[in-house]
Amino acid sequence: MKARVIASFAASLALLGNCSVSAADADLIKQGEYLARAGDCVACHTAKGGKPFAGGLPMETPIGVIYSTNITPDKTGLGAYSFADFDKAVRHGVAKSGSTLYPAMPYPSYARVSESDMQALYAYFMKGVEPVAQENRASDIPWPLSMRWPLAAWRWMFAPPVADTPEVAGADPVISRGAYLVEGLGHCGACHTPRALTMQEKALSAADGSAFLSGSAPLEGWIAKSLRGDHKDGLGSWSEEQLVQFLKTGRSDRSAVFGGMSDVVVHSMQYMSQDDLTAIARYLKSLPAMDPQNPPHQYDKQVAEALWKGDDSRPGASVYIDNCAACHRTDGHGYTRVFPALAGNPVVQTADATSLINIVLNGGTLPATHTAPSTFTMPAFAWRLSDQEVADVVSFVRGSWGNKGAAVKASDVADLRKNDMHTTSGDDLGQVTQPH
Amino acid sequence: MATIMKKVDAVIVGFGWTGAIMAKELTEAGLNVVALERGPMQDTYPDGNYPQVIDELTYSVRKKLFQDISKETVTIRHSVNDVALPNRQLGAFLPGNGVGGAGLHWSGVHFRVDPIELRMRSHYEERYGKHFIPKDMTIQDFGVSYEELEPFFDYAEKVFGTSGQAWTVNGQLVGEGRGGNPYAPDRSNPFPLEAQKNTVSAQLFQKAATAVGYKPYNLPSANTSGPYTNPYGAQMGPCNFCGFCSGYVCYMYSKASPNVNILPALRQVPNFELRPNSHVLKVNLDNTKSKATGVTYIDAQGRECEQPADLVILGAFQFHNVRLMLLSGIGKPYDPISGEGVVGKNFAYQNMATIKAFFDKDTHTNNFIGAGGNGVAIDDFNADNFDHGPHGFVGGSPMWVNQAGSRPIAGTSNPPGTPAWGSAWKRATADYYTHQVSMDAHGAHQSYRGNYLDLDPVYHDAYGLPLLRMTFDWQENDIKMNRFMVEKMGKIAEAMNPKAIAVLGKKVGEHFNTASYQTTHLNGGAIMGTDPKTSALNRYLQCWDVHNVFVPGASAFPQGLGYNPTGLVAALTYWSARAIREQYLKNPGPLVQA
Repeated sequence: MKARVIASFAASLALLGNCSVSAADADLIKQGEYLARAGDCVACHTAKGGKPFAGGLPMETPIGVIYSTNITPDKTGLGAYSFADFDKAVRHGVAKSGSTLYPAMPYPSYARVSESDMQALYAYFMKGVEPVAQENRASDIPWPLSMRWPLAAWRWMFAPPVADTPEVAGADPVISRGAYLVEGLGHCGACHTPRALTMQEKALSAADGSAFLSGSAPLEGWIAKSLRGDHKDGLGSWSEEQLVQFLKTGRSDRSAVFGGMSDVVVHSMQYMSQDDLTAIARYLKSLPAMDPQNPPHQYDKQVAEALWKGDDSRPGASVYIDNCAACHRTDGHGYTRVFPALAGNPVVQTADATSLINIVLNGGTLPATHTAPSTFTMPAFAWRLSDQEVADVVSFVRGSWGNKGAAVKASDVADLRKNDMHTTSGDDLGQVTQPH
Repeated sequence: MATIMKKVDAVIVGFGWTGAIMAKELTEAGLNVVALERGPMQDTYPDGNYPQVIDELTYSVRKKLFQDISKETVTIRHSVNDVALPNRQLGAFLPGNGVGGAGLHWSGVHFRVDPIELRMRSHYEERYGKHFIPKDMTIQDFGVSYEELEPFFDYAEKVFGTSGQAWTVNGQLVGEGRGGNPYAPDRSNPFPLEAQKNTVSAQLFQKAATAVGYKPYNLPSANTSGPYTNPYGAQMGPCNFCGFCSGYVCYMYSKASPNVNILPALRQVPNFELRPNSHVLKVNLDNTKSKATGVTYIDAQGRECEQPADLVILGAFQFHNVRLMLLSGIGKPYDPISGEGVVGKNFAYQNMATIKAFFDKDTHTNNFIGAGGNGVAIDDFNADNFDHGPHGFVGGSPMWVNQAGSRPIAGTSNPPGTPAWGSAWKRATADYYTHQVSMDAHGAHQSYRGNYLDLDPVYHDAYGLPLLRMTFDWQENDIKMNRFMVEKMGKIAEAMNPKAIAVLGKKVGEHFNTASYQTTHLNGGAIMGTDPKTSALNRYLQCWDVHNVFVPGASAFPQGLGYNPTGLVAALTYWSARAIREQYLKNPGPLVQA
């Protein structure tokens, strides 16, 4: 489905290229297309099986389901929007009608986007996207919760002012660029920053506090992990190069993308230029750890040696040998770029083990990317392992080879199993994507 | 009324190795390509899911990945004087089905070719004189040399992620004392991956073969010795010796297959479409019969469809290629009486012998582990690496221990004289399961006037089309060679000092037995060559008679090799694709003037 999205981008661009679009316009549209990818606009503004940017994707909120809007240049979409209208919606969170947008639209982050990039995005959405006639769908939120005025109050309280960020003298321009992308269009914090009870992100930038990108509560069955400098559960052990490789291809020497981030890599990050990926990586690597002690991972060879000798007496060890060790190996190191390492992997040591439990239960498919087309699938084990066995093996992984994740209980597994998460399957994740 | 599909530049029949290679090459050349695969979509996920795929009953016994012979099979007879009967239970050979084809269920032994086997007739006549080759032996030269194919062997190995040890690279000796094969031809590059580790059984063979005076080397294997990324960006995991290769989908992504090594890259290009469950019935020709207009197939919904195309690639299994040519009226059918005609001619196989050595309990061979392409071999009796003069037969045989994993249902062997059931069988199985070494002589098989393929006059497939008829039997040359190889291999077995030995070789007067597995290495029937009177294809695998039909595959081999065929199949396909890309597309027509 997503493949068609991308194909039709290209087709519509080509189409318009033949009409009355000047070379300067074409460059601006192209820049806008790139920025739209950086913002991953397509992810929310396209329904499953729907036309690109025509909206209609249902999104669960605590008060009911809302539907993303049509942002194609058709009159049912952005057709009548002037640049000022467009800007007001994207950066200020106010629709043309004057009502405040639901903050599912990450306008508090987009407030960071520069005026010139806004111009490019506007050019792209008005002239580079195929118009689709599709009326927006009203939310399923019942009155009185459907009243929008509290949203305006929320906006006044939590959305930052819109202004181009002044350059800081002496700042590393690469890191500044990274900050601009991560805090702005990339809206990484939407998933990776914890939210307050009032649902606003606890920090919108590095300067805004150490909660920024420090990891979220479970979202659709996955933890968006900390991107800060912590070794245990952040990016402390990752090199800048590994991060770039990960964002570009969905995989690094020791890790592989899964869960919600798969879509981000497939539809957004793999299209970023090497310079921008480097900027993002360098900026993320500049975020200090939450834990002031922050000890680096110390590999402990005891477990590997015991397994090597045939000693599987540790709880979970025999489940690990029978189900996991072929790929992730008894030493927990996996195989370079193919099967992720578990030893020292921050993903398996997060305080909340939801992601790890979920991936054991439901498996996952590493999506194809243009420069790394292979899809590797970890099979699901829910059908095969009991709650206790999953808890044992997850605890084993979280506590072996020097890992410091706490043990989990069978009841934690039972709760997630009840959620009936769907498997991340290769069928709809980047299996068929067009090259660019 | 057939549904007419949108015309494409090239249609490929079958999506195994040759279909996948051609699809990749032709899409790289900018062509719009559709591949029609008879069987279902198959891939590592979900078909190779661990642990469900580790199921000997489903895969080996019930033959999940193989051709459904209730819809289409072959008829078999030993000679023109017999009546052929349908093969109603797969046994001797196991043709694949579905996406990946035989390339999904193969073992992974990935050889090149011994250069003399490409010029078999010329070489034997030069060395042994014109009268050495028996009168009814119809061996021929391929019409292409090892030197011409070397870059394509090299590239295929890079695509497959092949593990092995070179002997010489660009004339420089690199493999002595490290498991290289002194008989191997020169290479332009080392193997992409180092050789896999050897099992205990292979080490025993290595030691024994060395003691007898032979030169053991590591089998080149398309099972990975480590993680690998190929030139298409496709990645492989490392082989863990689980022992479920032949007949199975590899759950570790470590056995090269069209699915793992090529399909991921094809999924990224917009000018390729793979249509599974699309069974091709025939190639359509224009009224001059010298040009194909496309193919007719039955689609997944059972509708008859016509796929017009400028270029038709027959990339099905060996005998399906031959049958499609016969059903479509491409090339003159072979007549064994007159010796005229070319399609169906030179049908050849593999001439196997096996010896099993049984040991006391202090020799642990751990037969439950294994890898399909892994092992130690000798080439001292392969090709023409020894003087055939005194022995009076044509052909050679590599010999090896290729421990591919002994699975619980079919993998047990006991010493001669053990009952096939009951408590004595149980006791012997317990005593010997992990204390035995199996070795094979993987003999070349020659082509003969009387071994050929044609359309059966009686039996039809589910679509009402005649089945392919195999007329095939072992000849005196085959038996002679087989017995010679058993004797030589027996010396290696004896040098291992086993407690008992079981020999499975051919007896004088033995006939082809369709019930016992003897490899799926079927060759010939649509052979390449230099003369349209004696070959169906020119040296670029292009039909002499219909210039826009190319037929890659072992069907193009004029006779069987000592080595396993996949390496040569892949190299020839890349060679043919290069000719299509660089010559044919610029000027469509015959690439060789007859």
